[in-house]
Amino acid sequence: MSDSQPNVQRFIDALPHACDLGLQAEPGCGGGVARMSMPYDPKIVGDPRSGVIHGGAVSALMDTCSGAAVLSHPDYVGATATLDLRIDYMRPATPGQTIHARAECYHVTRSVAFVRVTAHDDLSDPPVASGHGAFTMTHGAKS
Amino acid sequence: MSRPAPEPVHVVKQRRDSALQALVSGIPYLNHLGIRFERRGDELTALLPFSEKLIGNPLLPALHGGVTAAFLETTATIELAWTQLWAEIESGELDPVTLDPESLPRMPKTIDFTIDYLRTGLPRDAYARARIVRSGRRYASVQVEAWQDNRNKLFAQATGHFLMPQSRDG
Repeated sequence: MSDSQPNVQRFIDALPHACDLGLQAEPGCGGGVARMSMPYDPKIVGDPRSGVIHGGAVSALMDTCSGAAVLSHPDYVGATATLDLRIDYMRPATPGQTIHARAECYHVTRSVAFVRVTAHDDLSDPPVASGHGAFTMTHGAKS
Repeated sequence: MSRPAPEPVHVVKQRRDSALQALVSGIPYLNHLGIRFERRGDELTALLPFSEKLIGNPLLPALHGGVTAAFLETTATIELAWTQLWAEIESGELDPVTLDPESLPRMPKTIDFTIDYLRTGLPRDAYARARIVRSGRRYASVQVEAWQDNRNKLFAQATGHFLMPQSRDG
C-alpha cells in the first residue's frame, strides 16, 4: 500500500472549509484508507461551560475524512459526494486535545462507495465517535 | 379582584428575543459558522448565511457536507434547548435579563445523527427547521429539514437522537 498522505493533504488544501478547521493529513493513507487530524480550537467549541468541541465540527472532520477515503480507493476516478452519513457519538472529546479520524472505504459498487469512519482524541478506546456513510462513486476503467 | 392587564407586546417580544439571543450567542462554533435563528412565536428557523469558508467543493462550488451536518445538528439541539427555555421563561421561572452561560439550560447531548444529502448545497444562504418528534425525560428524537431557494426542494434532511440534560448541573 503506497502512502498517499500527500494526495490527502492536497484534497484538504482544495477545500476551504477543511482549511478553516485546520485539518491535516496523517501517515497511513492509501488503498481506500484516509487519516487526518483536527486541532483543538476555541472557535469550534460547542459547550462554553466545559470547552467541549461541537459535534458538528467532529462531523465535518469525519465527512472530509470519509470523502478522502473514497478518493484513495484504487477504483476511483472523477468526483464523489456524500449520499448519507450516520454518526454515533460515544463520548465528549476531551477539551484541548487534537481529534484524529480514520476512514476506510470498505466496499465499492459501480455507483456507490461504502465507508466506515472513527474519531478519537488522545484516548483511542472508546472512540469519540464512529460513523458510516454512502458516497456517490465514479468508477475507473475496471467496471 | 380584577384581571391584570395583558403584557404589552414589546415586553413579550423583548423577553423572548433576549432569551433566544442568550442561548445562541454563547456557542462559539455557531458564531464561527455565522448561524443565526429567527423566531416567530415559539417557531425557530435557523439561518446559515453563505460565506466562502463554508465551501467544500470549490469546483462546483458546493457547501461542505460537514457544514451541512453541523448546521442541521445545531438546529436540532437549539430547538430542544429552546423548547425547554421557552417553558421556563413563559412561566416566569427564569428571568431572561439575568441569563448567562451559567443559568442557561445544559445543551442536549447528541447520541446519533443521520444526514441524507438530497441535493448539492449551493453557494447561497441556507435555512433549516427542526421538529421534535418525541421528547421524553431522558431521550428525544428530532427531525430536521434544510432548504435554500425553495422550501419544497430540501437539500438535506436529518434525524437524530439526543440525551436530555437532567438538571442545570448535570
